[in-house]
Amino acid sequence: MRNRHRVQRLGFILLGVISLIVVLPILFVVGNIVVQGIGAINWEFLTAMPRNGMKEGGIFPAIVGTLLLVLGTAVVAIPVGIGGAIYLAEYARDTLWTRILRLAIINLAGVPSVVYGLFGLGLFVLFLQFGTSVLAGSLTLAIMTLPVIISTAEEALRAVPGEFRLVSASLGGTRWQGIRHIVLPQALPGIITGVILGLLRAAGETAPILFTAAAFYLPRIPRSLLEPTMALPYHLYVISTQVPGMPHRVQYGTALVLLTIVLSMNAVAAIIRSYFRRRREW
Amino acid sequence: MEPKIRFQNVSYFYGDRPALRDVTLDIPPNAITVVFGPAGGGKTTLLRLINRLNDEVEGTRMTGHVLLDGQDVYAPGVDVPHLRRRVGMVFALPLPLPGTVRENILYGPKLAGVRDQARLDEILERSLRLAALWDEVKDRLDDPASRLSGGQQQRLCIARSLALEPEVLLLDEPTSGLDPISTGKVEEALQELKHQYTIVIVPHSVQQAARVADYAAFFLMGEGGMPAGPGPVHHPARPPY
Repeated sequence: MRNRHRVQRLGFILLGVISLIVVLPILFVVGNIVVQGIGAINWEFLTAMPRNGMKEGGIFPAIVGTLLLVLGTAVVAIPVGIGGAIYLAEYARDTLWTRILRLAIINLAGVPSVVYGLFGLGLFVLFLQFGTSVLAGSLTLAIMTLPVIISTAEEALRAVPGEFRLVSASLGGTRWQGIRHIVLPQALPGIITGVILGLLRAAGETAPILFTAAAFYLPRIPRSLLEPTMALPYHLYVISTQVPGMPHRVQYGTALVLLTIVLSMNAVAAIIRSYFRRRREW
Repeated sequence: MEPKIRFQNVSYFYGDRPALRDVTLDIPPNAITVVFGPAGGGKTTLLRLINRLNDEVEGTRMTGHVLLDGQDVYAPGVDVPHLRRRVGMVFALPLPLPGTVRENILYGPKLAGVRDQARLDEILERSLRLAALWDEVKDRLDDPASRLSGGQQQRLCIARSLALEPEVLLLDEPTSGLDPISTGKVEEALQELKHQYTIVIVPHSVQQAARVADYAAFFLMGEGGMPAGPGPVHHPARPPY
């Protein structure tokens, strides 16, 4: 008896320690970046062009570049991803072809991001001659994001009770009308969550834009989609490894800005999710 | 009298499993026809063949004909959404769509292309009155339908079907989730409705069958008989063989 209690207590302690081990590094990383980077954040840092070999001035073009790339990714990946999910969840029958399709999507989600970068380089930059540009980068990021959006959106659509489709059909609705008026609105919170999570990954990745969109140093806003751009993750990589004598403050400041963008998108996703969950009626 | 609905040697299979075996059945207009028998006898399938709601189910096979006013509903070129507007259906569980009472009632008419606001208001009140629900919900038309009681929700579903002004109303155990008082209200509503509509109902008990039936058809293991003659059915358990 005593022995069993001791084992249980030991188990609890062990689990507690493991949880702490999981949480501590995150707290440490975020805390470290905030503490060391907060001093760099000021109006000029956020809105000015870099100067003096990026050691001074701001990171404005990198911020704008990242936002542009995320926007471009969203424009391509959202309609294609949601369309694909609707096809898979609502129309596709269970055939060998759709099984292969699903398997491909699952596997795409696991492909290393640098492979997407090389793929984008081959297809968009060289073959389609978009050059190193916002367009090529957005398309590459969109392809990387698609599997995430498709699989979360498909799951959200499948979670909507089948009875709603039946009721809609029994009231003279076509299949599309049922999807459009009943199923999609109900699945929207799940879909939005998936979209934001996918875009979040796109915002933070370096490898896919390394060969397709990112400029080492380009102190201006791109004038067209066919121009390269600076972007936060790549800029961070550059000033951390490629520029000797870079002040720590600037590196951490850049990391803090990137982290803030990504975490606030995450927070928006969480808010949307809980808002819609409270409104859901089933 | 011409039957409203006629099943002509209908057999229906889910894969290899037969759900209906060579059913021939006439359903008269403007009356309540009860389709009853033990579970798994093919009653739900029978109903869903009339409005083609089983079309989407994979791996099924059908032989024979289902006629509505003498027209084969499975003939090529039949407008299925239009057919479903003529043949309304109420399910075993109250299934309000997400949204308000008003949105539920007007979902069908709006899809059918009714845009005129005065007409929509008229449909709303008329169908809720027919389903004996108007007095209870007239001040709550913009409340979520899910906030109504179970009995009210089921009458809402009846009203929702009636909003399309169908010719036939199919009810698949419409009172199975309801208390006796709500059940009574639904049954009363049906007695009013039968003067205008052809009603086919799968009752949730033999007692209910006896209470509401003008005609009755018994189903066992996919085999169903011709409806017994008019008049209440007190001893419905006649074996089909």
